[in-house]
Amino acid sequence: MAVLSGTGVEHRPADPPKSRTRWIASEEASGLALISPTLLYALALLFLPVLIVIAYSFWTQDYLTIDRTFTLQNYRTALGEPIYQDLLLRSLVISLVVSVVTVTVSYPIAWFISFHGGVHKNLWLFLITVPCWTSYLLRVMSWKVILGYGGVMNTGLLSIGLIDKPLTTLLYNSNAVVITLVHSWAAFAILPIYVSLEKVDRSLIEAAHDLGDNKLMSFLRVTLPLSLPGVISAFLIVMIPTVGDYVTPKLVGGKDGVMIATAIQAQFGKGANWPLGAALSVTTMVVVSAMAGLVVLALQLLVKVTK
Amino acid sequence: MPDKPMIAIEGVNKFYGIYKALDNVSLDIAAGEFFSLLGPSGCGKTTLLRSIAGFDTPTEGDIRIDGQSVIGVPPNRRPTNMVFQNYAIFPHLNVEENVAYGLKRLKLDAAEERRRVAAALEQVRLGHLGKRRAHELSGGQRQRVALARALVMRPKVLLLDEPLSALDKKLREEMQVELRTLQRAVGITFILVTHDQYEALALSDRIAVMFGGQIAQVATPKEIYQRPNTRQVADFLGGMNFMKARVTNETATRISVETPRFGGVTVDKPLGFVARNGAATIGIRPERLRVLWDDAHSDFEVAGKVVDRHYFGEITHLIVDIPGLEQPLSVSETNNFGADDIPVGDTVRLAYDPDALVAVAD
Repeated sequence: MAVLSGTGVEHRPADPPKSRTRWIASEEASGLALISPTLLYALALLFLPVLIVIAYSFWTQDYLTIDRTFTLQNYRTALGEPIYQDLLLRSLVISLVVSVVTVTVSYPIAWFISFHGGVHKNLWLFLITVPCWTSYLLRVMSWKVILGYGGVMNTGLLSIGLIDKPLTTLLYNSNAVVITLVHSWAAFAILPIYVSLEKVDRSLIEAAHDLGDNKLMSFLRVTLPLSLPGVISAFLIVMIPTVGDYVTPKLVGGKDGVMIATAIQAQFGKGANWPLGAALSVTTMVVVSAMAGLVVLALQLLVKVTK
Repeated sequence: MPDKPMIAIEGVNKFYGIYKALDNVSLDIAAGEFFSLLGPSGCGKTTLLRSIAGFDTPTEGDIRIDGQSVIGVPPNRRPTNMVFQNYAIFPHLNVEENVAYGLKRLKLDAAEERRRVAAALEQVRLGHLGKRRAHELSGGQRQRVALARALVMRPKVLLLDEPLSALDKKLREEMQVELRTLQRAVGITFILVTHDQYEALALSDRIAVMFGGQIAQVATPKEIYQRPNTRQVADFLGGMNFMKARVTNETATRISVETPRFGGVTVDKPLGFVARNGAATIGIRPERLRVLWDDAHSDFEVAGKVVDRHYFGEITHLIVDIPGLEQPLSVSETNNFGADDIPVGDTVRLAYDPDALVAVAD
C-alpha cells in the first residue's frame, strides 16, 4: 500500500492550479467556452434590453429628448393612476384565470395520454401540436369567426333553438380573451404535465392501492404530488407570457378586454412617453414574478395539505 | 397441512391474448407459512403473486384468502400487502411518512399512529432513519422501509416480489436471515417470489417450482431438492447427474431399475412418471458422490477418469468419465482432503449411497 500511495503523490500537481494556462486547460474553462456564444447572445438580446428598459423607467421624457436625471415619478404614475392600476389588475386576473383554466383542462388530457395512450402516445402528442402549425395570429382570428355575431357558435345555437337571436356577449370582452388564450396555450401546458406524469413510477401507484387507497386517493396522494413540477412549469409557462399578451386582447378583447400591454404599447407608440412605458413594463415584470412565486408556494402548500 | 388454508388457489388460468401466463394453477398455503414461488423468469410466478395481491385478475379460477373469495376485490380491499421488486418507496415522503401511508386511511389517533410507525421501523431496525427521504437510503434500507410499510398494515399475507434481487450478495444473505427471523416474529403468511433457488431453499417452509405457467412441484426445501419430481425441477434447483436406466419392475408407488453402472435399485415413483421404451431417467446430485481415497472401500462404488476440474474455494467440481455412462459425472467434493489437487487424467473411485438415486419424470 505504501508503494501505491507513493506513486499517487508523484502524479499529483506540484502546486495548486493558480497559473493562467492551467485554468484554460480546466474543465470549467472549456465548459464556459462551450456556452459562451449562447451566453453572449442571451446577454446581448435579453439582459441588455431589460437593463435599458429599467434605465429608461427612471428618466423623464422631455418632448423629443430624454432627461436623464433620476426620478421615481414614472413609478408614481404607473402605480398611482387608477387606469394603470385597473389595467394591471385586470391583466393579472385574466392571466391567472387563463393559467388555472389551461392547467385544469390540460391535466386530464396529459393524464389520459400518459396513462391510457397505449402505443399511440406519440400520435396523441403529435395531434396536440397540430394547431400550433398555423400562425398564432390566425388562431386568434379563427376565434373571431367562432365567437362573432354571425359566427359558428351563434348560428349553431340558433339552429338548435337554444337562443332566439345571436348573442353579443361572446366576443369583445375578457371572456373571449380567456377562451382564446386557453386554446393558444393548451399545448404548452399539456407537454410539461405529460412529461412529469411519464416520470411517475407506476409501481408507486400500485403501492398506494396496495396500502389501501382507492383510485382517487392514490391520484391525490401520489400521482398529483409527483407530477407537481409539471403543473408548476405549465402554470408559469402560461401565466407569465399571458400577462403581457398584446395581440389577443387587441383582436378579441374589445373595450373590456384591454390589458396592460396595450397601455405599454401606447406609451412607446402614440403616447411617446418611453420612460412611463418602461416603468409600466418593469412594474408588470415585478408583479408577475411575485405572483409566479406565490402560485408556486400555494401549489406546494396544497400538496402538503393533501398528504 | 391444516384443514383451512390461508390461501386457496383453485384452477387459476391467466391469458394474455393467446399467451397462457398461468395454466391451471391450484395451490393451498397454510397460515403462518413461509411459502416460495420459485422459477425462471416468465414462468408465471410474478403473475400468480400479482393475482393474489389483486393487480392481475385471473381469466378463470378462484382465489380465496382466509376463506373469502377475492375475485373482483380490488387490491386496496384485500388483506394482503406487497413488497415490490423495486421497493416503490414514495419519493416525495420521508421514511416515517412512507410507513404511515397506509395507516392514514385507518384514521387512527395521532399517538397510536406514531406508536405503530415507530414499532414497525424498530422491527426492521430503521428507528433512527425516520426523517430520511427515499433517495437518501441505501438499497438495503429501502428494502426495510418497504417491509415496514407493508407489515405496519398487519396484513394476513405478506407478498414479496423478488425483494432481494437488487441487493449485492453479502447484503442479500444478511437480509435472508433477517427476513426469516422477521417472519417467525410476526407469524404471518409470507409468499416470496424468487428465481434464486438458494434463497427459496434457505427461507421457505415450502416451495412451489413453476415452469411455463404450471406448478411442477410443491414440497419442503429438503424434499424438493432431494426428491425432485421432474428433470426440469431437479435441474433448476442445482446440478444433477442424469442417466438412462432400464425399468425392471413397476408398482403404483415404486419402480425398480437396472442402471448402467450403479446396479439395480428400487426408488420412489415420481408424480407423472411414464416409462418410455422401458427406460427411466435416474439422477444423483454431485455432492452425493464421494471420492474414495487410498485403500478406502465402499459397497457401492464406480470408477472413472477425471476429465476436468473446477475450483470453487471450499469445494471442487470434478468431471469424471465413467465407462458405460452417456455423460461424464459431475462430482462436488470438499477440499478438505485435497480434491483440488487431483490431476486431470487420474483415475478416481467414487462412493455413492443408493438412497441418493432418484427417478425423475422427463
